[in-house]
Amino acid sequence: MGWLRRIRRTGRFVQPAGSAPERASVPDLNGSLQLRHVDAGSCNGCEIELSGAFGPVYDAERFGARLVASPRHADGLLVTGVVTHNMAGPLRDTLEAVPHPRVVIAIGDCARNCGVFAAGYGVAGAVRDVVPVDVEVPGCPPTPDQILTALRSVSGR
Amino acid sequence: MTGGLTAAVGLTGVAVGLFGVVRGLGPVRIGWLVPLIGIRLQVDQLSGLFLAITGAVAFAVGLYAVAYARAERLPRFALWILPLFVAAMLLVASAGSVSTFLLAWELMAGASLVLVCTEHHRPAARSAGVFYAVLTQLGFVAILLALSILAAATGTDSFAELAHRAATLPPATRAVVFVLTVAGFGSKAGLLPLHAWLPRAHPEAPSPASALMSAAMVNLGIYGLVRFDLQVLGPGPRWWGLTLLVLGALSAVYGVLHAAVATDLKRLLAYSTTENMGLITLGLGAALLTRSVPGVAAIALTASLLHLIGHAAFKTLGFLAAGSVLVATGLRDIDRLGGLARRMPATTVAFGLAALGASGLPLGAGFVSEWLLLQALIHAPHEGHTLLALVMPPAVGAVALTTGLGVAAMVKAFGVGFLARPRSDAAAEAVEAPTGMLAGMAVAAAACVVCAVAPAASGPLLRDVLHQLLGAGSAPRLGLLLRLPGAAGSVSATVLAAAMGVAVLLALALALAATGARRRPSAVDAPLWTCGAERLTPRMQYTATSFAQPLQRVFDDVLRPDTDVRIDHHAESRYLLSRVAYSGRLTDAIEDRLYWPVVRLVRTVARGLRRAHSGSVHLYLAYGAIGLLLVLVLAR
Amino acid sequence: MNVLVVVLQLVLVLVAAPLVIGAMRQVRALLEGRCGGGVLQPWRDIRKQLGKQQIRPAGTTVIFLAAPPVLMAGTVVIAATVPVVGTGSPLDSVADLFAVVGLLLLGTVALTLAGLDTGTAFGGMGASREVTIAALVEPTILLAVFALSIPAHSANLAAIVTNTVHHPGQVVSPAGVLAFVALAVVIVAETGRLPVDNPSTHLELTMVHEAMVLEYAGPRLALLEWASGMRLTVLLALLANLFLPWGVAGHNPDAAAVFLGLVAISVKVGVLATLLAAGEVFVAKLRLFRVPELLAGSFLLALIAVTASYFFSPVGG
Repeated sequence: MGWLRRIRRTGRFVQPAGSAPERASVPDLNGSLQLRHVDAGSCNGCEIELSGAFGPVYDAERFGARLVASPRHADGLLVTGVVTHNMAGPLRDTLEAVPHPRVVIAIGDCARNCGVFAAGYGVAGAVRDVVPVDVEVPGCPPTPDQILTALRSVSGR
Repeated sequence: MTGGLTAAVGLTGVAVGLFGVVRGLGPVRIGWLVPLIGIRLQVDQLSGLFLAITGAVAFAVGLYAVAYARAERLPRFALWILPLFVAAMLLVASAGSVSTFLLAWELMAGASLVLVCTEHHRPAARSAGVFYAVLTQLGFVAILLALSILAAATGTDSFAELAHRAATLPPATRAVVFVLTVAGFGSKAGLLPLHAWLPRAHPEAPSPASALMSAAMVNLGIYGLVRFDLQVLGPGPRWWGLTLLVLGALSAVYGVLHAAVATDLKRLLAYSTTENMGLITLGLGAALLTRSVPGVAAIALTASLLHLIGHAAFKTLGFLAAGSVLVATGLRDIDRLGGLARRMPATTVAFGLAALGASGLPLGAGFVSEWLLLQALIHAPHEGHTLLALVMPPAVGAVALTTGLGVAAMVKAFGVGFLARPRSDAAAEAVEAPTGMLAGMAVAAAACVVCAVAPAASGPLLRDVLHQLLGAGSAPRLGLLLRLPGAAGSVSATVLAAAMGVAVLLALALALAATGARRRPSAVDAPLWTCGAERLTPRMQYTATSFAQPLQRVFDDVLRPDTDVRIDHHAESRYLLSRVAYSGRLTDAIEDRLYWPVVRLVRTVARGLRRAHSGSVHLYLAYGAIGLLLVLVLAR
Repeated sequence: MNVLVVVLQLVLVLVAAPLVIGAMRQVRALLEGRCGGGVLQPWRDIRKQLGKQQIRPAGTTVIFLAAPPVLMAGTVVIAATVPVVGTGSPLDSVADLFAVVGLLLLGTVALTLAGLDTGTAFGGMGASREVTIAALVEPTILLAVFALSIPAHSANLAAIVTNTVHHPGQVVSPAGVLAFVALAVVIVAETGRLPVDNPSTHLELTMVHEAMVLEYAGPRLALLEWASGMRLTVLLALLANLFLPWGVAGHNPDAAAVFLGLVAISVKVGVLATLLAAGEVFVAKLRLFRVPELLAGSFLLALIAVTASYFFSPVGG
């Protein structure tokens, strides 16, 4: 029963949510946003922040966002990192597998403009150079709060 | 022509059988045909049922056989044996005396042996033939002994007289006859431990013969059990029922377990035959055990007989569909099939129906009979019967495990064999079976559908048989709603099928006419999701072996798989691998443990005896003289 | 009135299934210190999925297209048969508990065939695992049915429930308790909950149920998730009413009895779902080859339950 006591003592530690941000110009998803995460060539800094955003403190699930296992189940992609030559094809394929209407969210500076990896020999370009992007989140890495704001602007909650 | 003959003989069987159930055909004696004893035929309700089943199977197979023989280039003699085989089976079921029965039985065994050896140029077929010949003759010896003892002790040859006089036999004689008949008929029905011929002979025979053997011939083993152990010898002591129940349960579980891990399509179906015959025998055992409660015994017996009919329908269809696959691809190995659903839609539908029936699911041909079997087991009286209290729960467990594993086996056969993408070139270039074969399959498929959604159709047939075996009243009413006698419980496969149909429409309406439909983007065809890989090759699919691997691992104590992983390390470092070879082989554990020691023993003895054969005429003359003297001394 | 009760039951299960899933996720979120998406989140997901594009993966056959409606249909028939609100369903004499188990298995088979039909590695893998678990669950489930049907002398659901109402002592008999535990384990396994399967996993190699449905999108996916939720809801309702049948409306009930039945079943399923979700927080997923051990344990419980009820001859029926 030690577990139960610990659960009761800890209580909720979710960050309080601000008011809903302005809606991005994407199809209306009725407060439900399932995303497939694609690491197109990231240094994994953004991944740590992402897991923060979906973890207990920021709890993206309360705004209807959820990571799913298959692009077929998803409403869009969450892309991190520069797009390397090896990942350009898989990224396009993954987007192709997502049913319409769909969105692409690019997380972090690398995904927006290649960041510090610009002009690297293995870099094919930013996410926007490979697939159409709807929402971009700046930062190297962006904070979970910023990611959360972007997700809310898409899910509409 | 010969196919037509087979079909015609089959139709005759159906007609005679149905007539026999309704009216009964009195004893017919044909004295001139066989010297001294003559042939005696009699068709009562029980015979009629088996005649009708055998005839119906033969009709479907007859339609199928001609086109099959042309496609597979079967030798002419096989086609002529086919109607002879059917006639022999009909003769077994309509025999009215012990001598006629034995004669017909041997004719049936001989004809089927020739059919098994049709493709004798293949070593596997030859080995199957040897197995079949030995086991079927051993079984025949047991039956011969049993029936001879019975006839000698009662002093009569005809079945009608036997039934009257058998009741006065001493218990020891009855017990001996029971044990011998269970061994003999059990081996024909493919029951443990004398089943080993079945998974060998059925796959190696040409598919029409496989269908006849698996859907009609094995039934006659059950016929023998019902005729001699239930009817002639009458209600025996408790341990008879227990023996049949345990034998049936073990056969069912063992058979289905091997079916679940088999990768040869026809071998899988053959093991499924052992499974279903096990379930039927389990029902017979339950009927014997609960004899004191007529209602429950009637449920058990109805379950067995209904399952017999259902099994005949879906197993015929299964083997005929497997034959079509064999003709189209030359393959029986499920690991190399796949993608047939698009190339051979009719065959796929046929096999799907057969698999649905074999798995005992609702909407399938085996559902109602398995439901009845479970009801019989749970309604067994429980006040003060310690034996029943200990036996019935594990029996329910065995039936349940059989159903569960049966589903696994059939999902594997259908899902891996017919769906997905072709795993070999032969499967990729398959073409649909010719019309003649489709016609045969259509007949069997129609029978399957009737068994599945309108099991009441066989109601009148079964009612008369049950009346003959158990006396009046007490049979379950097989109407639109199947009601149990003397117990609360009912099911209706017909209404259930209709309800499912309505519910599917409702589900489609929910999905397609939902609120979002108006703004839904138009549907597209898309390539498979490959997890980002470049492309998915057919080799990446699950095969039958990998599909069954978890089950094989769970049941490895029973199956005793023989797997071997050989790892070759790199010359420079043992942390690097150059090659990993995996080989797995699955044999029948009972065969390995029980048969081969016997075979080895026989071989050793034979080697000893061989020394006596020197080739010297003088020695042989001496043997002859000594033998004659011995006989004279003994006979004095 | 009976027909009305069935319609009510159907609508209730259809509407409540996503709510039950939502409530379970919410309980889990609260115990983990999170906020959670709210009870309505599964409904939002389904509504959105229904409006999305249909995708037909290359090379799939009609089996792939038919699996979601068949799964749904099986569940709908079960929901119309079992006593959720009242015992008077006209379908009660058409399908007893054995038939209900068969329908559940039929839905599972439809899904496994769909998984194999895609011809992907993960589809086959999920199908193989699901079938293995289903095959091993079958003995336990039927023995539990057997144990339940002994006091009522019938496997028809209305008879069992009515019998328990009249003889409440049977619930706390050794046989009753053992059968309850066995059936609870079976429901966990059949609906793919922890510790047998993790419904929220993203790792393909650990998947069972999810691996089979990786190719589904849009309305068909919505149908699948809805049907899965309904399976869980109906099974929980069945478990509740088999062992705690109080409040269930009888044959041809009046409006007040129906209302009472409605409230009673909502409370019962709510409590069971909460308990299940709370239990899930404390366990991790079992290795696949550990699952047979769990199921063997529950099989033994069911076997003892049946044999015990044979020897301690129960009253009633």
